Amino acid sequence: MTDATQNTGPMLAADGTPLKQSLARSLRRQKLRALMLIAPLLLFVLLSFIIPIASMLFRSVENNIVGDTLPLTVEALQNWDETTGELPDEAVYDAFVRDMVVAVDNKTHTRLGSRLNYEETGMSSMFRRSGRKLGKLDPETDGPFKEQLIEIHDGWGEPQTWAVIKTHSPAITNGYFLNAVDMRRTPEGAQAQPEDKQILIKLFGRTLFMSLVITASCILLAYPVSYLLATLPMRVSNLLMILVLLPFWTSLLVRTSAWKVMLQQQGVINETLVWLGLVADDARLVIINNQIGTIIAMTHILLPFMILPMYSVMQTIPVSYTRAAKSMGATNWTTFWRIYFPQSIPGIGAGSILVFILAIGYYITPEIVGGTKGVFISNRIAYHISSSLNWGLAAALGTILLGVVLLLYWVYDKIVGIDNVKLG
Amino acid sequence: MTDINNDAAFVEFQRVQKSYDGENLVVKDLNLAMPKGEFLTMLGPSGSGKTTCLMMLAGFETATHGEILLDGKPINNIPPHKRGIGMVFQNYALFPHMTVAENLAFPLEVRKLGKSERDEKVKRALDMVQMGAFGGRRPAQLSGGQQQRIALARALVFEPELVLMDEPLGALDKQLREHMQFEITRLAHELGITTVYVTHDQTEALTMSDRVAVFDDGRIQQLAPPDQLYEEPENSFVAQFIGENNTLEGVVKSIESDACVVQLDDGSEIDAVPINVHAPGDRTKVSIRPERVEFNKNRLHADAHTLKATVKEFIYMGDVFRFRMSVAGNDEFIVKTRNAPDATRLQPGQEIEIGWLAKDCRALDA
Ligand SMILES: Nc1ncnc2c1ncn2[C@@H]1O[C@H](COP(=O)(O)OP(=O)(O)OP(=O)(O)O)[C@@H](O)[C@H]1O
Ligand SMILES: [Mg+2]
Repeated sequence: MTDATQNTGPMLAADGTPLKQSLARSLRRQKLRALMLIAPLLLFVLLSFIIPIASMLFRSVENNIVGDTLPLTVEALQNWDETTGELPDEAVYDAFVRDMVVAVDNKTHTRLGSRLNYEETGMSSMFRRSGRKLGKLDPETDGPFKEQLIEIHDGWGEPQTWAVIKTHSPAITNGYFLNAVDMRRTPEGAQAQPEDKQILIKLFGRTLFMSLVITASCILLAYPVSYLLATLPMRVSNLLMILVLLPFWTSLLVRTSAWKVMLQQQGVINETLVWLGLVADDARLVIINNQIGTIIAMTHILLPFMILPMYSVMQTIPVSYTRAAKSMGATNWTTFWRIYFPQSIPGIGAGSILVFILAIGYYITPEIVGGTKGVFISNRIAYHISSSLNWGLAAALGTILLGVVLLLYWVYDKIVGIDNVKLG
Repeated sequence: MTDINNDAAFVEFQRVQKSYDGENLVVKDLNLAMPKGEFLTMLGPSGSGKTTCLMMLAGFETATHGEILLDGKPINNIPPHKRGIGMVFQNYALFPHMTVAENLAFPLEVRKLGKSERDEKVKRALDMVQMGAFGGRRPAQLSGGQQQRIALARALVFEPELVLMDEPLGALDKQLREHMQFEITRLAHELGITTVYVTHDQTEALTMSDRVAVFDDGRIQQLAPPDQLYEEPENSFVAQFIGENNTLEGVVKSIESDACVVQLDDGSEIDAVPINVHAPGDRTKVSIRPERVEFNKNRLHADAHTLKATVKEFIYMGDVFRFRMSVAGNDEFIVKTRNAPDATRLQPGQEIEIGWLAKDCRALDA
C-alpha cells in the first residue's frame, strides 16, 4: 500500500479526485452537520458564559472614564511634574473647567467622582459639590480659574487631588488588580495599602483555607456513606440515596437558615449540650457567625456533591477484586488499603474538585452564618458589585479567583492527574 | 459419592443449601467429598449454581443450611484470608491499578515474603503461563486470554493447597486452551493441589478431571469419573448433557433385574438396561450413544431387537462418518462409524436396520 502510494503519487478516489481531498470533503460535511446540531447550545454558552466572563476580565483593567470625561485636563497634566509637590499651572485649571462644563451638562461628573473616590476618599463629594458652580462658568470669558476653583473647594488647591487624577488617567489600568491584592497605584508606583485597609489578601487566604477544610471534611464524611451506598443491597441503598438527595429538594436558603437555628447560642445544639450538662450555661459554644459555623453549614450543603461522584465510582468496583485479594490472604485492612482505596481515588478526585470549586465561590451560606470572621472573598465581591459599586475591583477580584482555581486545577493535574477523575 | 472415605475428605459439603433471596434455592442439598489431591470438575449449564458453590467454599457466601468442611474443620470458623485457597475468578479479577508482576506479587507480599524470593516466584509463575515478557504491563493492556493466564498464575503463585477455578480457560483459542488444560492438570498433579474446576465445556471436563460433578437445578445429577459418566449416565439429563446422545421415548413393557424391553411410541420394541425404571408401564427415555449403534447385521446378536431406519443425511467428518437417520419417529437420530477401510457409506434415502448391544442402551427417567 505505502509502496504503491510512493510510486504513483497521491491515492485517487473512485472519481479521480485525490483521496485526501474527497475524505476531507466528506468529513467536512459531517462536521458541519454536527456543528449545526450544537449551534443553539453554542450560542447560549457564548451569550451567557463566555461574553460575561470576557466582559468581567475587561472590566478589571478598563479605566476609560477619566480620559473620556476630562480629555483636555489629562492632556494638560502631561506637562505637570507631580513629584515637585507644587500645584499645576493655569493651563490645567482652564482645561479642567472646559471639561467639567461638558461633564456637568452630561451629568457624568458624579460618576467620575465615585470612580476617583475609590482611590482617594472625599473625591466624590468634591465633584458633586463643585459641579453645580463649575457648570455655570463660561470657559471663554470667566478665566483665569485657579483662584476661583480653590475658592469653590479647597480640594482643588491640593497637589494630591491632581496627582490622583493624573495617576488614574490611562485608559488601561492595573489599579484594580493592585487594590485586589491590598496595594495601590501612586505617583511613585505600586505601594502597599495602609494597614487598616489590608483585608483582601487575608480574605483570599481564608477562602482557600476554609474551602480546603470543607473539602477535607466532605471527603471524611462522604467516603463511608458512599461505600455503604455502593455495597448495600439495592433496596436499602435506594432509600439511603433518597436521604442523600433530600437536601436538594429544599431551598438552599432554608437549609442555611436551619443551621442558624441549630448553631445559635440559644440554638438546638447549645441547648442540648447545656441540658445534658456537658457545657455550662454561661459558657455556651460560639459556633455561628464565625469560621466554624461556615465550615459546618457548607460541609453539610456540599456533601451530596462529594457523595455522588464517589458513589458512582465505587459502584463500578466489582466485589470480585476484594474477594480475590482476601482469597490470596490479605486481611480486611490490607484489602481495603491496597485494593479498594486506590480504585476509589478517581471518585475522591472528582468529588474534591467539584466541592472545592463550588466552595471557593460560595456566597449565600457564609453570608448568613459566617458573621464577619467567616465570610469568603465572594461576599466581598458581592459587596463591591451591589453596595460600593466598584465593579472594576469586583472584576479584578473575580479574575484573580478564576486564576487561582485554574492554577489549582493545573497543580491537581500535575499531582493526581486529571485522567484520574471519574464521574462514574 | 459413597466410595470416598469421609474421614480422608479434604473438602466436604454436607447437605448444603443456598438461597440468595429467601424464595428460590440456588443450591439444593449438595453432598460432596473430595480427597486431597483430587481434580474435580463442576460441569453444568449456565445458572446451575456452580459459581455459588465455589463462593461458599471460598467463604464469600454463607450456606443457608448445611455444613462445609475444609480439612475436617467447619469453614465458617476460618476467615476467608486464612483459608489458603487460590482462586481464579470468572471475570479474572486482576487488579487494574497494579502491573501484572505486582498482581502476582500481592499474595506473596501479604504473606510477608522477602523481595528476592517474591521476584523469583513471580518470574517462575509468569514463565509457567508463558507470559514472562509481560510483567510490566497493566491488565488493561492484555488480551482476554492473556488476562486469564495471569489470573491462573496469580492463583497458583502462593502454592495453595486448594485451588478453585471458575472457567479459567473460557476466553482462550482452541490451541492455547488445550495447552493450558494440559498445563493445569500437570501442575495440579505435580504440586499435589486439590482442584475444584468449573466449566461449561464437557470435553474439558472429561479430559482434565479425576471426577466430574454434573450440576443442574442446584443438584449434583451425577458424580463420577469421566468414563463412567460418559458410558453410564444415571439420568437423561446427564446423558443429554455429556457428549452426543440419541433419545427414544417409550414405555417399559417387561422388566428383569438387569434387562428390560421398551416399547417405543411407534410400537417397535428394543432391549435396554433398566436404570431409572422400576415396573412395566413406566415411561422412559432410552439413551444410546451414536458410536454404539450398529447397522452391520453380522456384528449383532442373532436375537437382538432391531429397528427400521431411513438415512436422511451423510456427513463426512474425516476420521468418522456421521449419519442422520429417522428412527421410530425421531428425525435427529445420529449414528457414527469410524472411517475404516471397510466402512460402508450409506446414501440418503437408503432404508436399513439398526441395532445395538443391550448393555449400551440405557432406560432412564422420562
Ligand atoms: N448475588 C446473587 N444474588 C442473587 N442471585 C444470584 C446471585 N448470584 C447468583 N445468583 C443466582 O443464582 C443462580 C446460580 O448462579 P451461579 O452464578 O452460581 O451460576 P453458574 O452455574 O456459575 O452459571 P455460569 O455458568 O453462567 O457462570 C443463578 O440463577 C443466579 O441468577
Ligand atoms: Mg459462574
